[in-house]
Amino acid sequence: MARLTLPTDEATIRSLRVGDFVELSGRVITGRDAAHHWLVKAFRKEVAPFLKDSVMYHVGPVVRKNPDGTYTFVAAGPTTSAREEPYQADVIGTYGLRGVIGKGGMGAKTLEGLQRYGAVYFHAIGGAAQVLAQCVKRVETVFMLEEFGVPEALWVIEVEDFPVVVTMDAQGNSLHKEIEKQSAEKLKSLLSLGA
Amino acid sequence: MWQEQTLTETFVEIIARASTQLPPDVVEALRQAKDKEEPGSLAQKALDTILRNVELAGGAWQPICQDTGTPLVWIHHPVGVSTRMLTRAFTEAVKQATARQLLRPNAVDPLTEKNTGNGAAPGIPTVHCEEWDEEDLEVHLILKGGGCENVGAQYSLPNSALGADRNLEGVRRCVLDAVHKAQGKGCAPGILGVCFGGDRGSGFVESKRQLLRRLDDRNPIPELDALEQRLFKEANELGIGPMGFGGKTTVLGVKIGYLGRLPASYFVSVSYMCWANRRAGARISPKGEITWLD
Repeated sequence: MARLTLPTDEATIRSLRVGDFVELSGRVITGRDAAHHWLVKAFRKEVAPFLKDSVMYHVGPVVRKNPDGTYTFVAAGPTTSAREEPYQADVIGTYGLRGVIGKGGMGAKTLEGLQRYGAVYFHAIGGAAQVLAQCVKRVETVFMLEEFGVPEALWVIEVEDFPVVVTMDAQGNSLHKEIEKQSAEKLKSLLSLGA
Repeated sequence: MWQEQTLTETFVEIIARASTQLPPDVVEALRQAKDKEEPGSLAQKALDTILRNVELAGGAWQPICQDTGTPLVWIHHPVGVSTRMLTRAFTEAVKQATARQLLRPNAVDPLTEKNTGNGAAPGIPTVHCEEWDEEDLEVHLILKGGGCENVGAQYSLPNSALGADRNLEGVRRCVLDAVHKAQGKGCAPGILGVCFGGDRGSGFVESKRQLLRRLDDRNPIPELDALEQRLFKEANELGIGPMGFGGKTTVLGVKIGYLGRLPASYFVSVSYMCWANRRAGARISPKGEITWLD
């Protein structure tokens, strides 16, 4: 299992391949549907430094506010990434992200963006909200909490040994594309349908 | 008879159980799946993490998944119990469970785009009340996540692209197509709730009600039992695997029901439930004693 510290650099990310297990440590920023719209609508210079050379985690966490005003992630598994397909490549390019963490994989536009900008797709285990929340050591700050609500806000967090698998790399490989193709062949044969 | 406030407390307990304790039949199915996958494969590692997560969540009574889903509720009640009171009590329970982080604030007003913050909104939770002849209340709850809800599918037969006619073979074709389209996006390995017949609304409701069944039960209707067994085998042959990583386990179970249809319509509704099949059931006596139902 490889370990990767965030923020990272382009050469390290380009060396990763589909199928690699990686444990991530360092700064990650969360963002899902509302965040992606917001990030592409205008350049958000207040959050840009947190995105540069780091990764964005597609998650809508359960968060507890502690009596001292700090926050704790109670449950935090990945959400489905496919919904960010229209925006992801632009967010990567504009803000210099080195990757995203999510589940379910993404499509052709993102895959092309990963190649162009030098980024990868890290797949976390969907539903493993407790295992993954335990890897979130600290909440550094949060953006758009009031406007977007807890699940959709952009949480800047520090993670330790956060387990992921590379399923789309910067060389144009996608495990999701491959599985889709293989299962389509099998479906055709089960339904005795022609090509 | 039941007081609204006491019932609310009991409903919070039911929500806590559903959100944090995965039913034993689901855990068993996940264990068997893990043993079947190739040692060291992505599929086996995914299932291993899933099982570790189930254990952690159960031990700490914390949500198994951060998407605590839509609460889908079915309540059987004796004559004379107010269904408005039951719905109110359950809605209040959702709010209290949300305040206690047993549920995520999971309801958004689509007009204002604001999260309501308390877990409730028109249609959330969905409470189906049905009168029966017994003197107890029986409550069944499913917490159904959004990722898996998004990959549900409905077909209107005939469908020439799938070669699906208006018969059980047509149903089979739709179900396999839905599993293929879902890939890993619904958090495979999933559980399929299927309804053929009904209208577009009732068909989906029945397909979800099928998800209340234990994974190891058998359909009492022989043709449907045979179709469930066959689809279980064939869906797994698609090789999509846990999380869509590839592997032998794509679904953990297939449950099929049906409703009457109009001569003009033949719908096949497929609800995909993620591996975190968060189900809880309880029988509540008039004195308030709770018997948990798996």
